[in-house]
Amino acid sequence: MRWLLLKDLQILRRSPLLVALLVIYPVVLALLIGSALSSSPGQPTLAIYNGVPKQDRTFDVAGSSVNADEFLPELSRAVDVIDADSREDALRMVRDGEAMAAVILPPDIADRLASGRSQPTVEVAYNTEDPVKQQAIESQLKARLSDANRALSRKYEETTVRYIEMLRDGGSISILGNDVSILGLKTSQRLIEGVMATLPRDSPSYTALAQVDRFARLAIQNLGLSTEVLRSVGEPIAVRQTLIGGRRTPLDRYAIAVALTVSLMFLTVLLASGLLALEREEHAFSRLVRGLVSRLGLLVAKSGLAALCGAVVTLLLLTALDLFWVDLDAGRAPWWLPALALGALAFAALGVAIGTLAREVRSASLLAFTLSLPVAFLALVPSSAVSGWAYDVIRVVCAIFPFKATLTALDVAVNDAPGSFATPLLHLAALAVGYVVVARLALRRFA
Amino acid sequence: MADAAHDATASSPGTDAAASRSGTRKAKPALRVEGLVKRYGERVAVRGVSFEAAPGELVALIGPNGAGKTTMLSILAGIQPPDAGSVSRQPREIGWVPQQPAVYSKLSVAENLRLFARLEKVPDADATVAQMLAQTGLEERAGDEVGRLSGGNQQRVNIAVGLLAAPPVLLLDEPSSSLDPRQRERLWQFISALAAGGTTVVYSTHNVQEAERYADRVLVLADGELLFSGSPAALAAAVGGDAAGPQDFESAFVRFLHEHGH
Ligand SMILES: Nc1ncnc2c1ncn2[C@@H]1O[C@H](COP(=O)(O)OP(=O)(O)OP(=O)(O)O)[C@@H](O)[C@H]1O
Ligand SMILES: [Mg+2]
Repeated sequence: MRWLLLKDLQILRRSPLLVALLVIYPVVLALLIGSALSSSPGQPTLAIYNGVPKQDRTFDVAGSSVNADEFLPELSRAVDVIDADSREDALRMVRDGEAMAAVILPPDIADRLASGRSQPTVEVAYNTEDPVKQQAIESQLKARLSDANRALSRKYEETTVRYIEMLRDGGSISILGNDVSILGLKTSQRLIEGVMATLPRDSPSYTALAQVDRFARLAIQNLGLSTEVLRSVGEPIAVRQTLIGGRRTPLDRYAIAVALTVSLMFLTVLLASGLLALEREEHAFSRLVRGLVSRLGLLVAKSGLAALCGAVVTLLLLTALDLFWVDLDAGRAPWWLPALALGALAFAALGVAIGTLAREVRSASLLAFTLSLPVAFLALVPSSAVSGWAYDVIRVVCAIFPFKATLTALDVAVNDAPGSFATPLLHLAALAVGYVVVARLALRRFA
Repeated sequence: MADAAHDATASSPGTDAAASRSGTRKAKPALRVEGLVKRYGERVAVRGVSFEAAPGELVALIGPNGAGKTTMLSILAGIQPPDAGSVSRQPREIGWVPQQPAVYSKLSVAENLRLFARLEKVPDADATVAQMLAQTGLEERAGDEVGRLSGGNQQRVNIAVGLLAAPPVLLLDEPSSSLDPRQRERLWQFISALAAGGTTVVYSTHNVQEAERYADRVLVLADGELLFSGSPAALAAAVGGDAAGPQDFESAFVRFLHEHGH
């Protein structure tokens, strides 16, 4: 067995081109997939026509100043913003596909907001040609508009609260450039209390003032309460965000796990299937199984060697990523090994099972490719992208192949993604054993 | 039919020839095959074949394409199990030379021999390799990658691997099919020398003249059935030919198959 492994290594060493291809191709592919996943798709373009004259863009909303442009920077982080010269210009851009959507702010938006009495209307137009981008920009706009609405209503609410507090506590307010001082209920109530103390209890004025005093106390108490009520009306429902299922690590970190899994998969599956097919291509298989090596021993040797090579190369890739590209949590390094090892073993077992189907290395590689690639992509399909039963089918397919489990294990190992580490590892171990059994049964059929 | 074939074996002149050549009459057979059957689903590739071969006997297996020659040899070699019947020797006592060279083309001649010597657990691998290289005349090519050798030399390596464990019985599947006439001549000299040294050699071939020249006994297989077992002369006689020349033997063989419905 030792001699057989040494022989395989020797053959690999003498096929530098093949080995280079075998290593470089999956790594390049993995990096491509990784960077494609981590960079967002081309940003949608948004045309904005701001009908409000430049000098009027800062205006008073209920006493505090608001800048109409202040929500735009937020927006331009998610979309490319271009300015339109007129409402017609903005609509034309959408029609011609220059922009995915247009936002038109009416000239009277400032007046209406400042007056606070009539609701201003923002006009939005979408181009529906690219539904994905339309959805993206639509959700962006909705989010921004609701942000704006919330911010404005908070401004109204703050102002109102300020007025109420002034009514209660007193203070000064600027009206038409003149400072006007307001007495406030608390001070009024104290003044009344002072006057009442100088009056006899049975005086009619005392009784009248006592009524005013009671009202003032009640008002002070309840106005305090009403500011609380107002604050909660400003944001009637607070949102607490929870992410359930699916991806739980940031996209670029997840992309690293995907890239690692892809390169581990291709390298190991191709190598394992190729090493086994080589024995048949060279017609040596029949020599070996004549009592020199057992069929199971042959499978274990081939998959062991392929798993070792795959895990080592992927570990090097991971280390290189850590050193030159992204800063990974080096404290998680002890988790890397079991994830890589079991993933590699499962892929290698799948590889030898594929290898039993082919008589030449070339057809084995082709089979390995055509089988692995779709499975990898299926594993990346999010549950929201397909209907319920289709996703069930995908889940079954993903459970049969080692890609998803390896991805999960590596995501936990590298990114500390929440979730069980043992479950995917056990899954992979079961798959490794299963595929070796399948391969052994298939080997009965050929000589 | 299997029994008939078996009977033919017992009284075969070929056996006597080999036995007298090795100097022991009625020697214990080097290989005994009984009632071998192999099915591939519906198709029966080997139908109850029995025969014996004496030590040092040269046995040629002839028959049309698809007759079951390769199937039978691979069962004798222990590559696949028969559905019925038995073979008197363990696979490890039998040398195997498949039709296509079964060696690693990326390894050198010596590396291939050393690898298989180690896998065969030959006591002194390096000495055996050196001896095999000398015996097959491959010493000068010992360091060459097998993939770069000519077909003839690849076949020599193939045979050398089959002989590493010094087996008492050697099986060869169409050993001469890829060789030019000169290489073929050298191959048969080599094989004859092996048989003279006491190794029982069973080979298949499509070259009927070869079987006539280099066999003590001919086994005729057609559609998995053993139709004849005896000396080349006996085969010619069986079909009434006068065995005057090679051409005549070949036509006698074709006539023989025709008479048996093949
Ligand atoms: N692995 C297999 N599966 C199914 N059928 C097989 C298999 N191997 C051989 N056969 C069938 O068994 C029969 C005998 O084949 P075999 O290769 O033994 O013939 P052969 O005498 O060696 O032929 P040739 O002279 O062409 O080499 C053929 O009909 C073949 O199709
Ligand atoms: Mg054949």
